[in-house]
Amino acid sequence: MSQSPSISKGSSLWQDAAMRLKRNRAAVVSIYVLIFIVLICVILPFFPSLVQDPNLQELANKNASPSGEHWFGTDHLGRDIFSRVLYGGRISILVGLVTTMVSVTLGVIWGALAGFAGGRTDDTMMRIVDILYALPFLVIVILLGKIIETHTSDLTDAVVGWFTFGNTDMEKQLSVRTWVEPITTLVPLFLAIGALSWLTVSRIVRAQVQSIARLEFVEAARSLGLSQVKILFRHILPNAIGPIIVYTTLTIPGVMLFEATLSFLGLGVKPPNSSWGILISEGADRMSANLPLLFFPSLFFATTLFALNFLGDGLRDALDPKSSKD
Amino acid sequence: MIRYILNRLGQGLLVLFVLFTITFFLVDALPGNPFDKGDKALPAHVMERMKEYYGYDKPLPVRYFVRLKSLATGDLGVSSRLEGREVGEIISQAFPVSFQLGFIAMITALCIGVPLGVIAAWKKNTLMDYSAMTVAMMGICIPSFVIGPVLADYFGRTLKWLPVVDWNFYDPRYWILPALTLGLIYAAYLSRLTRAGMLETLGQDFVRTARAKGVPEKDILIRHCLRGGLIPAAAYIGPAFAGIVSGSLVIESVFAIPGLGTHFVKAIESEDEAVLTSIVLLFGSLVIIANFVSDLLGAWLNPRLRGSH
Repeated sequence: MSQSPSISKGSSLWQDAAMRLKRNRAAVVSIYVLIFIVLICVILPFFPSLVQDPNLQELANKNASPSGEHWFGTDHLGRDIFSRVLYGGRISILVGLVTTMVSVTLGVIWGALAGFAGGRTDDTMMRIVDILYALPFLVIVILLGKIIETHTSDLTDAVVGWFTFGNTDMEKQLSVRTWVEPITTLVPLFLAIGALSWLTVSRIVRAQVQSIARLEFVEAARSLGLSQVKILFRHILPNAIGPIIVYTTLTIPGVMLFEATLSFLGLGVKPPNSSWGILISEGADRMSANLPLLFFPSLFFATTLFALNFLGDGLRDALDPKSSKD
Repeated sequence: MIRYILNRLGQGLLVLFVLFTITFFLVDALPGNPFDKGDKALPAHVMERMKEYYGYDKPLPVRYFVRLKSLATGDLGVSSRLEGREVGEIISQAFPVSFQLGFIAMITALCIGVPLGVIAAWKKNTLMDYSAMTVAMMGICIPSFVIGPVLADYFGRTLKWLPVVDWNFYDPRYWILPALTLGLIYAAYLSRLTRAGMLETLGQDFVRTARAKGVPEKDILIRHCLRGGLIPAAAYIGPAFAGIVSGSLVIESVFAIPGLGTHFVKAIESEDEAVLTSIVLLFGSLVIIANFVSDLLGAWLNPRLRGSH
């Protein structure tokens, strides 16, 4: 990876990678698709004229077909499916990103320490990873999520208090609460899924660190008297960044699927919060009466996963050409 | 070989022990207690009797060791949700259904995934390859709880070909939709792994030699390359089975199959420690066995791996 064939032309590893990525049409299309989905989910809800309140019920207009007024139709309670898909997408994307951050941070630290320490420490740490691999994930995540939930019940109040600077004005508190609460109630999910999805990343990082630690420039750094911490974090890890980016991209769809599965079982995101997983589960229950209710959330969800997986594969070919295409 | 098996057995027991310990303390850390039935609060003396019966009158560490000892002797305990029912009895009723579903799903995944991967590698960079890999990507990206209801609606309610709820041990018509839905995603992963493995083997020198000698293309593929090309897929069988075991919880809920899934979800809600630890241990054992089989298969396919054990 470090010896790119075009050194003579003076192009860096990153330029090489960008060029390889640009040649991969599926990956490029995926980038645009992802940008598009993220933008409409994040930005459109700021314009109430375009996107109505996702919880507004028009009981006279239940299970309506797609029309100019309701682009994707309405659900069994007369709520606008288009705005529910966008708001649900916000939560799904948020869960995907934050949980991946938790899991990649854990995985990188664990893998780097194991690979760098070597010997018995390495053996013990990787044995723990092996044991965790044998856990039935779904089961443990559900239990863990429930427990974290009971310990984070005061979190909303704490965060609201922090943002209102002790201002006890009810109205002010309420307005802050409306956007803090959806996020704080997701914390158990972030932590529970993140706590179990770092295993693959830790294995990849360990292997990378082990091979980089044997190279001459690390020897040089050591002979200069740099501390172990500095060698690991300043010299070894930056050289392992390629695979870390690749597996970060590939972790996001896995985590999003996990969230959707939990929500489908009624054990993930809780109403009135909504995510693509919840929308899909509502749609699956009412498929024969209202097909758009299943179709549109599934379309958005599957397209996002599609794009993330294609982008991850593309990045792997671009940044980590030696690794086999799984 | 015997030493290797004993070694793996020891490791497996260690994993099960850790698994039990984690689950036991997680269940204990859940809010509330298993005898708190919401609005109908039990009279104090009944509550006391219940706690005594289930051993909850003793401190946590004592309870842990009592439980560990009874499990070690093969006694799975008594459910606190379904008052007085033996966990062993519950599992012996529900597990065969779940196991049958998982087993058929695994076979389905192998029967779809491996041939698809071989064909994709054989016809590399043709329309066939691209469409096979696109189908595989769809299998990975469309969640089973979308595919399941759609298949059920079409084949069950519209065409009325297949039943969409319940399970019959002897009637294959009940198996088709759930097993297909559950197995599809693993078929997709297997086909990608098989394709990559086959491509790597097809690129090796001995294949060129065989071609130069005029060995027919079909023989090269089946007799020379299949064995080596299947190594990555064999290594994935363990993780795939672990996924199927968890995934069956979802499929059982989609198709209303009376397996372990419902017991499990209800046991979490009512903090039924005996049922939860038993199911987790059962799942854990299955995953360990699947990983072992997966490794044996890998060693059989790849003689170079055998020395390292």
